[in-house]
Amino acid sequence: MAEERNSMIKFEEAPPRVSEWKRFRRVFLSRGMVVFGLLVLLLLLFTAIFATWLAPYDPYRPGTADSLLQPNREHLLGTDILGRDTLSRLIYGSRTALMVGFISVGVASVIGVSLGLSAGYFGGATNVVIMRAMDALLCFPMILLALVVASVLGGGISNVIIALSIATIPGYARVTCGLTLSIRENDYIMAQRAMSSGSVRTMVRHILPNALPPLIVLGTMQLGNLILAEAGLSFLGIGIEPPGAAWGAMVNDGYKYLVWNPVLSFAPGLAIMLVVFAFNMVGDGLRDALDPRLRGLL
Amino acid sequence: MATYIIRRLLQALVVIVIVTLLVFFIMRLLPGDPLLIYLAQNANIEAMPPEMLDTLRHQYGLDKPVMMQYLNWMENIFRGDFGESIFYHHAVGALMLERFPVTVHLGILALLTSAILGIIAGLLAAVRRGKWLDRIVTPLTYIGITIPVFWLGILLIYLFGLKLHWLPIFGYTSPLEDFWLSSRQVVMPVICLAVFGLASNARQMRSAMLEVIRQDYVRTAWSKGLSERVIILKHALKNSLIPVITLMGIGVGIIFGGSVLVETVFAIPGVGRLLVGSIFAQDYVVVQAITLVIALIILVVNLIVDISYGWFDPRIRYG
Repeated sequence: MAEERNSMIKFEEAPPRVSEWKRFRRVFLSRGMVVFGLLVLLLLLFTAIFATWLAPYDPYRPGTADSLLQPNREHLLGTDILGRDTLSRLIYGSRTALMVGFISVGVASVIGVSLGLSAGYFGGATNVVIMRAMDALLCFPMILLALVVASVLGGGISNVIIALSIATIPGYARVTCGLTLSIRENDYIMAQRAMSSGSVRTMVRHILPNALPPLIVLGTMQLGNLILAEAGLSFLGIGIEPPGAAWGAMVNDGYKYLVWNPVLSFAPGLAIMLVVFAFNMVGDGLRDALDPRLRGLL
Repeated sequence: MATYIIRRLLQALVVIVIVTLLVFFIMRLLPGDPLLIYLAQNANIEAMPPEMLDTLRHQYGLDKPVMMQYLNWMENIFRGDFGESIFYHHAVGALMLERFPVTVHLGILALLTSAILGIIAGLLAAVRRGKWLDRIVTPLTYIGITIPVFWLGILLIYLFGLKLHWLPIFGYTSPLEDFWLSSRQVVMPVICLAVFGLASNARQMRSAMLEVIRQDYVRTAWSKGLSERVIILKHALKNSLIPVITLMGIGVGIIFGGSVLVETVFAIPGVGRLLVGSIFAQDYVVVQAITLVIALIILVVNLIVDISYGWFDPRIRYG
């Protein structure tokens, strides 16, 4: 009898503590697709960083080889009209994609999160003004807004980044505002106020950390969308200036020689798709690992 | 409900004002004077005496305060006067009337395709969760939301146009003129425009359906001995459609955004291609007008979607 009770007590002991990091890693890596996405992103990062060493030829100098060569042993993907190696340009294009994606997400998240925090925290007129302005921005399809802004500012990659950032801000502001509205109601925020902590301090030190997980997930997914939008813009001929290499522009260049060598157009498009897919998958995995309640929302 | 609708309409009115301000002032970001940009394409500026510039400026109302210019612009738009295209030497309103029907034709077909096929695909994937059908549909939806539409267009052109010779590879014909040719021409562009919406509808439908078939009332229906067909189509479908309807509002925006790319790939004389062409021709009057009209269409569609919620789901309380 006594033994039995002992074993029951043992049974009711708290389960062994699992470290938060271990739990995160287990959930994050539990899906094959997420692991695949992660590997693609690591490969992409590696390619972008070591492009100089990885690219077999100079991606910019025309006449490195004969123009429009079919894929062969020296030029695995053939060459474009100016005789530049397609594989080398593809490798350098990863830099453009990542740079545009990361800078735009950085700029947009800082501005969007500040706007969303202020709108949610102060409420009232501040909320109305900020959120209606965000609603107005959301009436423009992302690519269209970026297209118009970039064209007004003039070409160039930095203006594309500005344009894409503007188009991404409302998404952040909306999500942050919603999160702030619910976090604000917690007792610890009221305690913080009772201790006469300033608004900025409360927002940055106490609300923002609690809103961070969904924002990280949103950022990851936005990276994919931004790379897709950048590809669209450079496909239309806005942004990258020759001789720079961008995947969208490469798809368009190759389109003209589709009959002669479809690889010119297919390869960069496949690269875009793979990278966007990878960002979406990693975003999915982060969501499940950080905050599964967000399923269906982000 | 009535107060909600009124409040929502008032909100929309505020947003409309902000949208028009944005569109108006974004053009003011252009380096230089709109008049100079206009003249630079028409005449030799250096040869023009300054008095003549002033006269012209007065004539176009550009010497008035910016707010007055904005109000004038709005007033003209209310009268249906969107200004004159510098590049096409044509009233912008007439130009848009010519181009919008093409985009709307493709857009409506794409919206219908993405709604019908997306709902069916998501429903089947949910009902047969984990079976072979789900294993095919679900990965395809992931591809659908990541594939660049312009690239998909090129792939389709290569396969169905250049290799198989099934479909014409570019152009647009009005269905009133030659229905057969028109239908063959729109197949590939419509697929491109629909694919993103189709995939996201299917994903949303699948997860909503999985949520609904766990509910008690569905179990009750099973225990009453109803057939799967009746349970899914009559009881579960209606409730799982609600989240999908939200996506319809977003879908319109995606189709207009996509039309810019798709119309470029397939050389379709729609409003997206007009916009791209005008941007390269620096024809900002046209850019301004198109941007405004598209934004307003999207705004109105989203307003309708928001309001129709209550009709689709009476449980929704409007706070």
